[in-house]
Amino acid sequence: MAKRDVPEINAGSMADIAFLLLIFFLVTTTMNVDTGISRKLPEKQDPNIKPPKLKEKNVFVVTVNRNNEILIEGEKFITVDKLREEAKNFIDNGGGIGNPMKDPRTGEMLPPAECTWCEGAKDPASSDHPNKAVISLESNRGTAYGTYIAVQNELVGAYTDLRNRLAKKLYGESYQQLLKDLGNDPNNKSLKAKVDDIKSKYPQIISEAEPIK
Amino acid sequence: MSKFKKKKKGLPAISTASLPDIVFMLLFFFMVSTTMRETDLKVKLTLPFATEVKKLERKSLVSYIYVGKVNGQGGDKIQLNDRISDVKNIKYFVFAERETHSEDEVPLLTTSIKADINSNVGTITDIKEELRNVDALKINYSTRKGDVTKNIK
Repeated sequence: MAKRDVPEINAGSMADIAFLLLIFFLVTTTMNVDTGISRKLPEKQDPNIKPPKLKEKNVFVVTVNRNNEILIEGEKFITVDKLREEAKNFIDNGGGIGNPMKDPRTGEMLPPAECTWCEGAKDPASSDHPNKAVISLESNRGTAYGTYIAVQNELVGAYTDLRNRLAKKLYGESYQQLLKDLGNDPNNKSLKAKVDDIKSKYPQIISEAEPIK
Repeated sequence: MSKFKKKKKGLPAISTASLPDIVFMLLFFFMVSTTMRETDLKVKLTLPFATEVKKLERKSLVSYIYVGKVNGQGGDKIQLNDRISDVKNIKYFVFAERETHSEDEVPLLTTSIKADINSNVGTITDIKEELRNVDALKINYSTRKGDVTKNIK
């Protein structure tokens, strides 16, 4: 039989087609990675239930006014870069007896005890224990969002710093590294126990008051 | 001599046969690494900076509320989906979002607040209050990575 010539398909316009598709995807898609500060809002409270009474020394009041000035404990104006240090000193003070805690290994409730992992000044006029220390953030409706985020960031950062320090001391790795490892291996029980232990030793207690009109 | 003289020729044409391959490679890269743009921004948005940021995982579980100024109008405006909206509509927005997910995913739904650096805390508080009313408690303040002192002019 005679060999028949198969005509070659011209692929010259293939590049044009691919470019067209490429440009379509470039225009209609976004690449931004969303990052942000994650928080959990408190549940709606029954108005009849009275909030628990806290000792004044266990509350660290941060007020941001409408001129974006930061006032701590109602008496000292500070700049935002000093806030983290002040918050850390307050949380880490450990001047007294804390709330009862669970034993990380057995799960039994331990009697209330002092904070043995704190490295603070042990000032009796400041917070008793990290699990009693409450940070109260009061803002004004006119405060700029940027300042508000800066303050939130510094307060969360204070906890992260303390947790990192404790995790390095106990487990030789920073808390953020532990969290990252747990993210890669969510079924690792011993890793989860470590993270929970650090979390319970420095629980993040940031309360937000209704803003002042 | 003329025997060895090379014939004068123009430059050989560069082969473009592999051009489609290169472009396809780029195309696949973009198809894999990007997500579809879902909304058009109606408000002006400059996100604030923060350092203690977390990445938002599982974008399908995240819904967005945009807060910012609209050209030529005073006051903060809230954008839900593609429209400038009102604080009161947030609950319907959350309900609509829950409709599209299965029951076991509902507690994992996160609301990301993308607010302009110059908007008022009052507006954000109103939004948070509405979210609390409908029990959408997981929120995320969307920020860029950077030094917080840049937030304060």
